[in-house]
Amino acid sequence: MTLETICERLSLKCKCCWENLKREVTGGYAGDLLSDVMANSTAGTIWVTRQVHQNIVAVASLKEHAAIVIVQGATPEKETLDKATKEGIPILVADMAEFEVVGRLYQLLYPAGD
Amino acid sequence: MGRVYRCNLHMHTCLSPCAELDMHPASIVRESIAQGLDVIAVCDHNASENVPYVQRAAAGTGLVVIPGMELCTQEEVHLVAIFERLEELEALQGTVYGNLAGVNDEDAFGIQAIVNEAGEVEGFNEHLLIGATGISLNRAVDLIHSLGGLAVASHIDRPAFGLIGQLGFVPPDVPFDALEVSAGLGIPQARQRYPELKDYQFITSSDAHFIGDIGRASIRMFLESPTFAEIGLALARRMGRYVME
Repeated sequence: MTLETICERLSLKCKCCWENLKREVTGGYAGDLLSDVMANSTAGTIWVTRQVHQNIVAVASLKEHAAIVIVQGATPEKETLDKATKEGIPILVADMAEFEVVGRLYQLLYPAGD
Repeated sequence: MGRVYRCNLHMHTCLSPCAELDMHPASIVRESIAQGLDVIAVCDHNASENVPYVQRAAAGTGLVVIPGMELCTQEEVHLVAIFERLEELEALQGTVYGNLAGVNDEDAFGIQAIVNEAGEVEGFNEHLLIGATGISLNRAVDLIHSLGGLAVASHIDRPAFGLIGQLGFVPPDVPFDALEVSAGLGIPQARQRYPELKDYQFITSSDAHFIGDIGRASIRMFLESPTFAEIGLALARRMGRYVME
């Protein structure tokens, strides 16, 4: 599934790197402790978090995530968007809470529930 | 000219909800002196009302009390801010309270007592001091510096509220004046664990919440005199001042 489809289905606002929304998503990861995300997430995943600090871009870039979803309608810092633009990592903002975003994303990515 | 001073740049008082009530100003001063400390910085969670009382309790004893606060940033990273003057700390306090939501629940989080140098309760802080402010880490460090203070990331190795746990690594463009490693890890081991942080000054502090913990860690600093300005020089390793590792 592409980021574009996910954005549309979850009503996510794309804050940067529109050009990369054709990217394929292979799975998802949720976490607000960046040390945990660095240790356990995998490439190609869409990462859901409440953190907005610029370090999220470095983590997503290092782990080759497809995109970052910021929840709860939080505003990413300017430095975060600047870095994300440079690294080509789309930053998507959801108005929903983390639980709801993850639940909907899971249903989209794994429709059979497996 | 100079000599070695023993400094503990991060300890709490009974104002912090998670600290014991025995951590009142006079008892902190007594125990700090008993532990051979020359300089302490009082850093309660997002609060500072007990600092002047600890300073008064220390008046005439020779113990130097540096005004400070341990603020919790929006990323839930703990950050120690220390200042030369109370007014600078009070300016930070204004911004912190303007960005700190919620009311304390004593049963859930603990009592936040403002206690004077005579051990009398002056009042209770009603803010949710255990909470996180809405101030980002980068902005907090800039704010502390603009007020003339020093910014030290607290217990960077600790899984809860430590910089590395929360943000994965030390953001290279945030100008920390030092990084604190927890007493349990200690500086020599921290140097081995974090070779990539070799350019940062490390310190260790007791981060005491209980009287019995006040002496559990400190740093020895080579200073000309036990002042805030000299501590700043030592953390920056300037003009012959330094932290002994």
